[in-house]
Amino acid sequence: MRINLASIFVDDQAKALDFYTNTLGFEKKTEIPLGDFSWLTVVSPEARDGVELVLEPANHPAVKTFRDALVADGIPFTSFSVADVQIEFERLAKLGVVFTQQPTAMGPVTTAVFDDTCGNLIQIAAMAQNPGA
Amino acid sequence: MARLLTGKCSLAFNGGVDSLLKALADPTRAAILDELVDRDGQTLFEICARLANKHGITPTRQAVSQHLAVLEGVGLLRSERAGRYKFHFIDTSPLQEISRRWPQQTPESSSERTKP
Repeated sequence: MRINLASIFVDDQAKALDFYTNTLGFEKKTEIPLGDFSWLTVVSPEARDGVELVLEPANHPAVKTFRDALVADGIPFTSFSVADVQIEFERLAKLGVVFTQQPTAMGPVTTAVFDDTCGNLIQIAAMAQNPGA
Repeated sequence: MARLLTGKCSLAFNGGVDSLLKALADPTRAAILDELVDRDGQTLFEICARLANKHGITPTRQAVSQHLAVLEGVGLLRSERAGRYKFHFIDTSPLQEISRRWPQQTPESSSERTKP
C-alpha cells in the first residue's frame, strides 16, 4: 500500500487550477470532466510521478463550517515542502499571495502560512540547513 | 451611598490589579506575551506552534484559547478579525496600573525617607 493522492477542498476548480499552477508552480496531471465537476489533480514539477494533489469541489454543506473554523484559527489544511521558506515567501508575496504567518523559525523547521484563495490556509516548511553538512 | 460607591470602586481596583498579576503569574501566558512581543498579530495556530517549538509547552488548542481569554479579560491582549482570519495583539497598557500602585522610588523620595 502506498499514498498516491492527497485531497484539498477548493471553492472553484478553475480558479484553484489557476492558483495551484500559475502562482504556486504545480502542473496539471489529470482533468476528467464528471458532470458539474472534474477529477482534477496537480503534481509538483519536482516529482511528476509523486503524490497528486486532488482539487476537490467544496460543495458538501459541512465543508464551509469546517474550513471557516480552521481558517479563523490560522490552521493550515496541509503543508508543502520548499527548499527555502524566506525565498518562497518573497516570491509569493510579490504575486499578491496573502500570508497569515510570515516565515518563522520553529526549532529545526521554518514555516510560513498563506491563503490559497480557494478557501484554505497552506503551510510551507523547510528543515533548517545543517551548518556542519 | 457615596461611601458604598467608593467601597465598590476600591474593590474593583484591587480586583483589577489582582487579576492582572494572576494573569501574568503563569508560564504559558508569560510565554504567549513574549512571543507576541517578538511579532505582534498572530493566529492561534502560530501561537500554539511557537509555544511548542520555542518553549516546549504543548497545551491543547482549547487550553491556549483559555489562556488567551484570561489575557484578554485583563486587557493584556486583544483579538481582531481581519476577513476570515483572527489575529491576537499584545496590549501592555494595563501594566501601568502596577507602576501606579507601586511607583519606582526616585533618589529624592528615598532620601526623604531616610531623613531622621
